[in-house]
Amino acid sequence: MINQKIGNLNIICGHYGSGKTNVAVNLALTARKLYPEKKVHIADIDIVNPYFRTADAKEILEKNGVEVLIPEFANTNVDIPSLPPKLISLFESKDDISIIDVGGDDGSVALGMYRMYINRAGYDMYYVINMYRPLIADPTDCFLCMKEIEDVSGLKCTKIINNSSLGAETTADDIAASVEYAKKCAELCSLPLTAHTYCPDFAPDTPARFAESGYANEILIPIVNATKKLF
Amino acid sequence: MSKKVLMKGNEAIAEAAIASGCVHFFGYPITPQTEIAEYMAKRLPKVGGVCLQAESEVAAVNMLMGAVSTGTRAMTSSSSPGISLKSEGISYIAGCDLPCLVVNVQRGGPGLGGIQPSQQDYYQATRGVGHGDLRLIVVAPSSVQEMASLTAEALDLADTYRMPAMLLADGALGQMMEPVAFSAFPKRDLPEKSWATNGHGFKRKKNITNSLYIDPNVLEQTIIDRYAKYAEIEKNEVKYEEYMTDDADIVIVAFGITARICKSAVAEARRAGIKAGLLRPITLWPFPKAAISEVADHAKVLLSVEMSMGQMVDDVRLAVNGKRPVHFFGRTGGVIPSVEEVTAQIKALAENL
Repeated sequence: MINQKIGNLNIICGHYGSGKTNVAVNLALTARKLYPEKKVHIADIDIVNPYFRTADAKEILEKNGVEVLIPEFANTNVDIPSLPPKLISLFESKDDISIIDVGGDDGSVALGMYRMYINRAGYDMYYVINMYRPLIADPTDCFLCMKEIEDVSGLKCTKIINNSSLGAETTADDIAASVEYAKKCAELCSLPLTAHTYCPDFAPDTPARFAESGYANEILIPIVNATKKLF
Repeated sequence: MSKKVLMKGNEAIAEAAIASGCVHFFGYPITPQTEIAEYMAKRLPKVGGVCLQAESEVAAVNMLMGAVSTGTRAMTSSSSPGISLKSEGISYIAGCDLPCLVVNVQRGGPGLGGIQPSQQDYYQATRGVGHGDLRLIVVAPSSVQEMASLTAEALDLADTYRMPAMLLADGALGQMMEPVAFSAFPKRDLPEKSWATNGHGFKRKKNITNSLYIDPNVLEQTIIDRYAKYAEIEKNEVKYEEYMTDDADIVIVAFGITARICKSAVAEARRAGIKAGLLRPITLWPFPKAAISEVADHAKVLLSVEMSMGQMVDDVRLAVNGKRPVHFFGRTGGVIPSVEEVTAQIKALAENL
């Protein structure tokens, strides 16, 4: 999904429901394609959301050669914030690519205990935003949410990804309408806006709409929808 | 918020309640409904309301009783084990003829059970939850949009009939995300709350909310009057949705998230040439008895699909009253039936028509 260099350690954070897991899964699949010689790991360290999570995409990830590290009790009835002990090895590995999918909002507190290792390893922290999530629909609130994440994790966000979406009902217009919002958020957060995402299954005409709307120079990347389907 | 936004079902409940003038929330955290309290905690202070995390479910429901006694709109939410704890207070609220909204985002039971979605509290909800002769109005959303619209509707129903209303959802609906709009919920003309204990100012007789009756004859008459009100509700407030039932040989009855799954299964069965349909109760009490009875006049067989060992199926059988066979399929304990499983059930029934 990203046409830029993917670093060794990539942390995906953001507001609840902004699409962090989907971004993390897509980043892992892309890393696999771009760097076939490297091992790619994805770790689910969401300690706040019991249902929809990276663990759901385990099959597609493993089929594509991504190593999946999920909490031992994910998708079971054990509702405790336990994290896999092997997680720490990801911060020590110099050659592999690791993607860490973090829980929403203050769920990023889970990162705090690894702060020392993460800082030593160097990292990219992607702040995933979605204009259609009401509590971050205002760029100021979006900025405050990032500050909260930085405060509880002790880490700094380094990039923004605009993942604005209305789920399966997303149209190209919805995504185009989020570009100015994303720019404003990036400005307030003082972070580079890495890319805008779109799901070709839902809004295939997004690139055309971007061109028509004068956004031809914006980086727009297709992603697959990895959310668990119930019906 | 007139444009569409993307929300979790739990958040949609909270936002819809606030948009409908619910200014007080009392709760105690429990998965999978905690986002309701979390959203309330963030939003209510901004609209001059109070979100209070009580020391227990029992405390929360009694705070709710106090708040609604004053005529303000208030609610509580929990998940299955928490609703059991709140059931005493809900009975007291019903006994005081007070309106309130109780949300149950069900998880697997009995006991602590599990955190995955279930519909095992159907009996509990539709039989009044607490002790005594009582009913709750029970609405069962099946989308994030309905989590919002039925929250607004349940608050209005509670005020209209001066009784507790329950929104019965499940963990999947609470956690899943869909686009939702908050514009234009239909508004009812609500009666004035002349009974509220909000200060008489020496200008009127004092109001008292109470569920204790010294004279059994007075209590009996009070209950009889309440049941006359329940009869009105059964006459006026039944809601359901029908999908391809007109020419259906096999009619599924399902509510909530299960109805979404069954809808896909019905479409799948239709593609295989089987005349299947779906009747989705939107109000579980009052239950759409007449609509189910009518469907049973032309369908050959009915199938109740639930995330339980079979609870609503009893009400379906009562409604069908022996006219047609009524079968049951369910998964329980937090397991969600798949579209394929339900389709297989329809196909098996079709073979034996």
